Amino acid sequence: MRVLKFLLQKELRQIFRDKATIRVLFIMPMVQLLILPLAADYEIKNINLGIVDHDHSEYSRNLSNKIISSGYFRLRDYSPSFQQGIHAIEKDKTDLILEIPSHFERDLVKENEATLFVAVNAINGVKAGLGGAYIQGIIQGYNQDVRMQWIQFPRFDPRPTIEVTFSDWFNPNMNYHVFMVPGILVLLVTIIGSSFASNNIVREKEMGTIEQINVSPIKKWQFILGKLIPFWMLALTVLTFGLTIARLVYGIVPLGHYITIYIFAAIYLLAILGLGLLLSTYAQTQQQSMLVSFFITMIFNLLSGLFTPIESMPVWAQMITKFNPVSYFIEVMRMVVLKGSGLADIRYHILAMIGFAVFFNSWAILNYRKRSG
Amino acid sequence: MQSIVVENIVKTYCVKKTVVEALKEISFTVEKGEIFGIIGPDGAGKTSLFRILTTLLLADSGNASIDGFDVIKDYKQIRNRVGYMPGKFSLYQDLSVQENLEFFATIFNTSIEENYDLVKDIYQQIEPFKTRKAGQLSGGMKQKLALCCALIHKPSVLFLDEPTTGVDAVSRKEFWEMLHRLKLQGITILVSTPYMDEASLCDRVALIQKGEILSINTPKGITKDFKKPLWSVKANEMFRLMNAIKENTEVESCYPFGQYHHVVFISQENVKEKLEEIARKGNFTDFEVQLIEPNIEDCFMALMKE
Repeated sequence: MRVLKFLLQKELRQIFRDKATIRVLFIMPMVQLLILPLAADYEIKNINLGIVDHDHSEYSRNLSNKIISSGYFRLRDYSPSFQQGIHAIEKDKTDLILEIPSHFERDLVKENEATLFVAVNAINGVKAGLGGAYIQGIIQGYNQDVRMQWIQFPRFDPRPTIEVTFSDWFNPNMNYHVFMVPGILVLLVTIIGSSFASNNIVREKEMGTIEQINVSPIKKWQFILGKLIPFWMLALTVLTFGLTIARLVYGIVPLGHYITIYIFAAIYLLAILGLGLLLSTYAQTQQQSMLVSFFITMIFNLLSGLFTPIESMPVWAQMITKFNPVSYFIEVMRMVVLKGSGLADIRYHILAMIGFAVFFNSWAILNYRKRSG
Repeated sequence: MQSIVVENIVKTYCVKKTVVEALKEISFTVEKGEIFGIIGPDGAGKTSLFRILTTLLLADSGNASIDGFDVIKDYKQIRNRVGYMPGKFSLYQDLSVQENLEFFATIFNTSIEENYDLVKDIYQQIEPFKTRKAGQLSGGMKQKLALCCALIHKPSVLFLDEPTTGVDAVSRKEFWEMLHRLKLQGITILVSTPYMDEASLCDRVALIQKGEILSINTPKGITKDFKKPLWSVKANEMFRLMNAIKENTEVESCYPFGQYHHVVFISQENVKEKLEEIARKGNFTDFEVQLIEPNIEDCFMALMKE
């Protein structure tokens, strides 16, 4: 125990002596938490709209006004021909063209039927999909209005209508910050856990200091614990720091208990640190360990469900997320923060995480050799 | 009592499908309290040998034991009783002198106070800088600190892998003086060095080349084994002189040595006259020739040729 105490003391001394690293450790989460959630917003606004109106009638003007006044679209181009409208898309001036054919009003009044054409720039898939959906919704609403004006309904509407109203549970205002901030915090803790610890051990390899440790009677578990505990504490400190920012800046108060988050984070970090230690037993240089941990955390992050919902991934990708500790933590974070889940609700997540922790750490301990062959 | 026993140690490395034999059936023994030098050029296998004996590396075959403990089976006991100073400075550069020493004392379950008398002589020299970070020490200071750290748990056997490489002449001399004081404490010291002149400071030396031991003897014994007379020559044009001497079929070897060429002849009759004749024929001026006592390097050169 005395040896372990001194190992920890030495490790902490070295960490706090490296001023640059400490600064990065605390500036990184601050910057990421203050900037990323504001930028990573799924709601699409300010879609640049081009209108090609061949009709110039009251109806076409009404339609245009209705679209522009929705708040999602900005009228950027008003061309006399479709050719010119397309040109505006090519120059990236507009994202979407609405073409209103000539005789739009006449056809609508006389034949009760008219067609519109919508062309969407699909380079940005999200923007195209949402823009198309928005404009369709608005046109449908417009259609409804037109009918209401014209038709003298009998007492009861002969057409069955289904009207849909929304209620957003757990996040009534559809506030993206509540959704994103806890997730981004998870990524931060993951990066610290996976790369700092592994780099630290590989550094000892590079400096040759590990030889001096290996030739001493120090035990394997003492060495591994001596590396694990300081970074475990450090990552939990950063988590605390991040949760404070989330609370003070974004007003995010978890519905569940902070204790639930910490209990899960403590186990989660054991798993991630175990992964880092495992990397370090294979890597020979800091470049190698940096590159590999960067690669792994990137895959983990993209397949974590933070940016795109796991449910909409292909089945094979969903299988991969089952082996991705990050996706578990993001889910737990959201469950606890938004739904107020307790330990009982996340018990399967905890079990899976204990599995990860045992797996990575035992592999690391087995693979760490004090002597080479 | 024998402190280190090495029997038929073989170590090979595979580098891109070619097998490099680092150690070929090496055997030797070191008595307790002896300073045993492993002398050999870079790549002779010195570090591999040290890493095997300090239980960091597994040999392919052969046995070795330290104080009667087998390096494979009883590695735990060995780790408690050996001090190892690797060739590359490998203490924590971002910790201070004192912190390094404290740390290494602790991981060997001891404290500075407990064995202070052992390191006192050395530590006193670096004590004025004890709050300085190890990375900021000079080369000689670093070696002294590394020696302190290797000694702090009172090892019975000390392994020093090229402790004086890259250290200035004065510090090298001081370092060897320290080793002789440690010897008085009964510590067995196995030291490797590429410098031939340091061989004479050891009790016994093993000359090692390409993984093979050429000779094991006391420094005096090794030079005594050099049977043939050795001549040292000097002239104004040294390079031309060497070529001229080498043209003579009676010359066994001729190699540059500082300001002189060292020459050995196959037959020993009228050697001085022969050399003078070579000088006369080649019109060399300032020609000097004398019979000298061979040193370790001469022996090493001769053994390498065999």
